[in-house]
Amino acid sequence: MSLLPFCQWLADTPGSIALHESVFMYPVVESTHVLTLCVFLGLAVMWDLRLLGVTLTTVPMTQLKQRIGPWMTGGFVVMIITGTMLFCAIPVRSYQSIWFRMKAVALVLAGLNAFVFHRTIDRRIEQWDTDPVPPPAARLAGARSLVLWAVIVVAGRMIAYNWFDCDKQPQSRIVNALAGCVVAAEGVR
Amino acid sequence: MLLPYVQWLSETRISQAIGQSSWAFAVIESVHLLALAVIGGAVLMLDLRLLGLGLRDQPIERVARDAFPWFVGSLIVMLVTGFGLFVSEATKCYYSTPFWVKMASLLLAMIFAFTVRRRVALAGEGQVRPIWLKVVAVVSLVLWFGVGAAGRWIGFSA
Repeated sequence: MSLLPFCQWLADTPGSIALHESVFMYPVVESTHVLTLCVFLGLAVMWDLRLLGVTLTTVPMTQLKQRIGPWMTGGFVVMIITGTMLFCAIPVRSYQSIWFRMKAVALVLAGLNAFVFHRTIDRRIEQWDTDPVPPPAARLAGARSLVLWAVIVVAGRMIAYNWFDCDKQPQSRIVNALAGCVVAAEGVR
Repeated sequence: MLLPYVQWLSETRISQAIGQSSWAFAVIESVHLLALAVIGGAVLMLDLRLLGLGLRDQPIERVARDAFPWFVGSLIVMLVTGFGLFVSEATKCYYSTPFWVKMASLLLAMIFAFTVRRRVALAGEGQVRPIWLKVVAVVSLVLWFGVGAAGRWIGFSA
């Protein structure tokens, strides 16, 4: 199943065209996306470092959750809204970008990691709430989260570069397959 | 006044190497962004606390001491990678208004962080009136926001 027709339809909607062609709106949305990184990811990093037991070791995990959680949620909502807008502005190229796809996969994995954390070790939080260094399962969740978010940030930044774009052929077969490029025998679409 | 130095910088080997490589700038930029997340978290942790938000059940000093090494560490990474980005297009930066806005905000933000903000945060409970704690936090947030926003704008104003 390819989402390409959907992305092509989206690219022709007035909203997408307006965002894409705007002089100020696009940079403003992009800057908001990047700077909100400090709020959401900055605090998520602190959270993960606490899970690893390397900072804020005297702060109970439940307190961090209660006091910092809402700020992270707020930042995350802004990231999702601005990120969706950026995608809607340039849907076809984003969809066919290996970096965008890598980011999407890492995002799903990061979500899965958070889900598993909340369903398992977080359920027994009262047993390790005040431990300076949380149990291995919690530390592992923190480490996985840090790695995945680093991939998300780097892949996200790389979307801006056109090294592997579908309209830059020839590309290796692997790149074309991963990016979902539609390569005809004599050229590219 | 600085133009001769900027021109000299842009002719150094490191500048040429980053400028001519197809991926060096992108890689340095990515590390710059990763450190941005860390410094954002470290700054916000303490400023939220100074505002009476965030980890408000913890002593300010505690939050300040825990955030400090991450702040300094990420700041060093930001300065090193930032210098790499700068030398690769030094002349372009020289003629960019957002670049100079960023440098001015950065200088002020760093001076403020290591003097007033640090002293206030480590002063101990009840030594500084709450209103001044909030003023310090707002000044810090405004300065760092200026650094980030102006930094992002360098790329748009090319």
